[in-house]
Order: sequence, then C-alpha cells, then structure tokens
Amino acid sequence: MNDLLTEIWESIRRNKLRTALTGFAVAWGIFMLIVLLGAGNGLMNAFMNQGEHFATNTMAVFGGVTSKPANGYQTGRRINLNDQDVAITQSALFSGNVDKISPELFKGPYTLAFKSRHTSVYLNGCYPSLMEMNKIEMLEGRFINQNDIKQHRKSIVLAASHAIELMNGGEDYASLVGKTVTTDNITWVVVGVYKTDRTAQRVEAFAPITTMQMITNDINYVDRINFSFHGLTTKEENEQFEKTYRAALNRAHKAAPDDESSIWIWNRFTQNMQMGKGTHYIRTALWVLGILTLVGGIVGVSNIMLITVKERTREFGIRKAIGASPREIMKLILAESVSITALFGYIGMFLGMVACEVMKMTVGQSSVEFFGETIRLFVNPTVSLSISFGVTILLVVAGAIAGISPAMKAARIRPIEALNET
Amino acid sequence: MLIDLHNIHKTYDNGQPLHVLKGIDLGIGEGEFVSIMGASGSGKSTLLNILGILDNYDEGEYWLDSKLIKNLSEKEAAHYRNQLIGFVFQSFNLINFKTAVENVELPLYYQGVSRKKRNELAMSYLEHFGLADWATHYPNELSGGQKQRVAIARALITRPRILLADEPTGALDSKTSVEVMDLLTELNRTEKVTIIVVTHESGVANCTDKIIHIKDGIIGETTLNEQHQSSIFGTNTIMK
Repeated sequence: MNDLLTEIWESIRRNKLRTALTGFAVAWGIFMLIVLLGAGNGLMNAFMNQGEHFATNTMAVFGGVTSKPANGYQTGRRINLNDQDVAITQSALFSGNVDKISPELFKGPYTLAFKSRHTSVYLNGCYPSLMEMNKIEMLEGRFINQNDIKQHRKSIVLAASHAIELMNGGEDYASLVGKTVTTDNITWVVVGVYKTDRTAQRVEAFAPITTMQMITNDINYVDRINFSFHGLTTKEENEQFEKTYRAALNRAHKAAPDDESSIWIWNRFTQNMQMGKGTHYIRTALWVLGILTLVGGIVGVSNIMLITVKERTREFGIRKAIGASPREIMKLILAESVSITALFGYIGMFLGMVACEVMKMTVGQSSVEFFGETIRLFVNPTVSLSISFGVTILLVVAGAIAGISPAMKAARIRPIEALNET
Repeated sequence: MLIDLHNIHKTYDNGQPLHVLKGIDLGIGEGEFVSIMGASGSGKSTLLNILGILDNYDEGEYWLDSKLIKNLSEKEAAHYRNQLIGFVFQSFNLINFKTAVENVELPLYYQGVSRKKRNELAMSYLEHFGLADWATHYPNELSGGQKQRVAIARALITRPRILLADEPTGALDSKTSVEVMDLLTELNRTEKVTIIVVTHESGVANCTDKIIHIKDGIIGETTLNEQHQSSIFGTNTIMK
C-alpha cells in the first residue's frame, strides 16, 4: 500500500501542471454538485419551513360553500363551522383517531395598547392544545389554559415581536407578563409571551376562544377546527377518514354528505407525504445535474490517464519484463486515477461546503416581503454528512470508471513492443 | 539442459508474413556463458524475446528449467520472467524517476518482498558492483557503464536461472564495454550464472565460452570458444 502511494505520488509530482488542470475539472464538478445540492436543500428547507411549524399529524378544517343541492337547499350556501362541529370531532365517532382538538376564531386587526405604546394585532381564539399542534414556543409565562376557557377569562398571549414593540423596543418583555393591555375597549391580562414565528403569515395574539366568542358576539362560531390524529398511516386510510369525517359535518349542516366544497379539510400528513415526493424529485434532478457536471471532470481524468499510459508505455514494458503482472499495472493506473479524483474531489467538496456556508450567511439570512408575508428563499442551504459520504463513494467510483479504460490499455501493453520504442 | 528449444518457428504478420525463425533447435546447460551472434534481421532478437518469454512462438517447444513455456497467460509469463529470467538491455531500460537502488529492488517488489528487505538486498548488490555511493542517484546522473551495472544488479537480484543480455554493450564505449563484459564473465565464473548474450559484435561474442551463429532464422555453426580466440580483431578487445 505504502509502495503504491509512493508510486502515485511520484507520478503526480512529475506532472504537476497536468494533474492540477485535470484535478480542477473534477474539483469543479464536485463543487457544482455540492453547491447545487446545498442550494436545493436551502430552497426545500424554506419550502418546508411552513410545514415544520405544525405537528405533521394534524388536520385543519374550514367551512366552505356547498356545491350540491341537499335537503331542499340550493347550491352556493355558505357553511360556517360552529361548536357543534367541534363536538362532533370530539365525539366517540372519531375518538379512535382524533387526539387533541382546538378550534380557532380569528378577529382583527385591533389596536393593542400598553400605556402609551400601541401596535396592530390579530386575535386568535383557541384551545390550549393549539400550542402543541402549531408548535408554539413559549418564552415567558404560559399559554392559554383550561381555566381561561371555562371561565371566559380575558387572558392574552402575545408574540415577542409585539411585546418588544409595546415595551418601547426594550427586550425586557418578561415584565409584561401579568400586566394589562387593551384592544380597543377590552382589557386583557398578558399571561405569556411566545417566540415570534417569522414565517407565519401574520403575527397573532392568542386568547381563549370562549372569551373571543363572547366579546365579538360570535357565540357558537368558529373559523377553523384543528385536530391531531393517530392511526392513519397510508394515503387510503387518510382518504377514508376524511370521507367519513366530511360526511358527518355535512350532515350536521344539512349538506350533501359527499360535498367536498362545503367542508375543506387540510391534512398536513398527506400534504407532507406529497411534499416529500416533490422534494424527492427535485433532489434527484439536482443529483443528475451535478453528476453530469462531474462527468466532464471524469472524462478529463480518463483522458489524462490515457496520455499517461501512452507516455509511460516503455516504463510499463520494463515493469512487465521484470515481472509485473497485468494486474499490477492496472492497479497502478486505477489507484492513480482514484487518487487524483478523490484528492481533487475532496478539495472541490470542501470548497463547495464553504460556498454553502457563505450562502447560509448571506442569502440564507435574507428574506423578502411577498404580499405582506415574510418569505425566506433559503433556509440552511448546506449538505448533510450523509451526502458527503455519498459523494465520497461517488468519487471513488468515478475515479475507478475514469481509470478503467486506460488501466486496461496499460495492462495490454506487450513488453517487447514497449521496449522496442525509443 | 536448462534451456531446450525444439524446432521453434516464428512468423510475424505485418501485412505480409515474415518467417523469422525457421526451426531453431538449441540446448543451453546450466552455468554456460553463451553468445548468440547474427546480423540484423537474422532473427537473434526474436529468439532472445522468445527465450525471455517476452514473445510467443508459433511452432515447436521451449523448455525452461523443465517447464514447457508455451501459450502462457500474461500473468504466468510475468511470473516466470520474474522468477527465472534476468534481463539486461542495450538501452539499460532503467526507470528514470526511480533511483538506482529503487530500480534494483523493483523485481523484488513484484515478488512481494518487504520494503526493508528489498532495500537491504539491493544495497548489497550495488555495493558488490561498486555503486554504493550512487544508490540514491537517478539514472540520468549515472554514466552508461554505471547504468548498465545497475541494470545487471536489477537483473540478478531475484537470483534468476538465466541472465539474458540483449546487446549489453551496444550503447557503451569500448572501455566500458570491456568492463561490462568482464563483469558478466566474473558473474559466470564465480556465481555460476547462466548467461546468454545476444550481439552482433564479434569482440563481445569472443568474451563468451560458446558462440552460436544465427543466420536467416536458423542456427548456423556453433563455435566453442573456451580460449577466447575467435575474434578476428584479436583477443581482449572490443572494436567500436
């Protein structure tokens, strides 16, 4: 092994410029592969970020407009979800799959005021379980609890960004907990502050839904029902559940049981399944692109190895005359090819990873305003360790492929012909 | 007999067939010091290539050390070359980017001998040939005679049954030629190495004990030359 390495090193040393130029092609190929994969990951991470902020095994249900006449009603009737729908979701009918439920009632914008400071806020009336389903991270205090719901308390959970605004830009929002704030003419007690989700469509303050229904006079009304579920692992199971669930709600609203536009169900689990498929395709496409770039480098290595073999014909002839088997000669060329590819490939990979880190620090941090929503185009555009491992294998395979034809050519050299060349 | 050739035929076919060897019968015993002489085109190089298992033949039988050398695979041929045969070439054929000692130890590398052992043995051979000081020099830093001595050391390091020398003095001046031939003679006398020298120089042939003349692909006369009086240019000299 040591001897083999010495041989390779000698060969590379004798042809520094040529080796460097060849190596550049390989390094460039791997660099592009890594940067492409990194950028792809960044895009996909940004794409998936929305989903990441919810537990994946949840569904959100909205009311829609009927598309089928039923029970004497015509089409086009608006369906509003209400407490009865919440009760149906909670009932024994679906308790085999449904775990936690939280309806939501959105209102706003209100002017949220604290002392002389104020800001604009949307209120979201919900149950305590929303915290888990929407992965709300508490920084201070607590989320809405069961007593808030039961007693119709005027408790409010503020976003950190709002809390900071109300504290006149101060970071000391912890002291806001326990203080009172007002929205228009209603006074709330701040019970907690949660970490602002920068990817959220709008920054909300949470309140008990019962309180919200009371103060907005929307008794019985809910905008959305969220629930988490278990035991639905395949697409078919999910579709079956959605069908029976939709039918139950439709019946309650005197709509056709199979009316799909009267009740909208957003199933984050199946959504994720499809997203996973989509990202799989994108990733495959990026690999294909990267590998095609790499192929250029491999052809370069192969070309150079062929020239090397031609140049060293006499040397291989000598080696054969003194007892080198064809296998030994092949080993020499293959090892050199793999070494060049691997060495420069690693340089390319390293530079690619540096480029990914630079991307992460620059475009990865920036975000654009898009229809009032903050969107980050790149989130963590880097490649994982497993990809680096995959690339390593790829490099060795690539080097071997590049070397195989020159190596076979070298192995076929006949010593007399090689020695007769002068 | 160490080497037994029976009715060896060889035809090259480059466009039109060229019958180079037309039935060679030859026996060379252990410890002999033989030269094969012939003009260019006589087939002497082809014969040497066949003897060295560098080339194959079309017809006949070649026995080397009681092994039939015929239709060998590349791998087997390489193995026999490594184990049984040492080569010395006209143009030395040292590997330029390897030092003298590395060149000498290369055959042992292909035998799988450890680096340390190889190095020790190679150094002892170089020392024997008075080249110890040149061990770490590259071939282009050596004189022709030194190069040929390195090549001889490389040929001998595996203790082969035969040493094949193809015009070993062809690229050397007359003084160095004499030195190299003296070295070969000494090896034959003291180490009992079987040596076959191919040459077209009668002075070189005259250094050997037996001269086999080859002409137009067949063996002509074989001169016993124990007295080394065969050279028309006189004894103990090599005309250049």
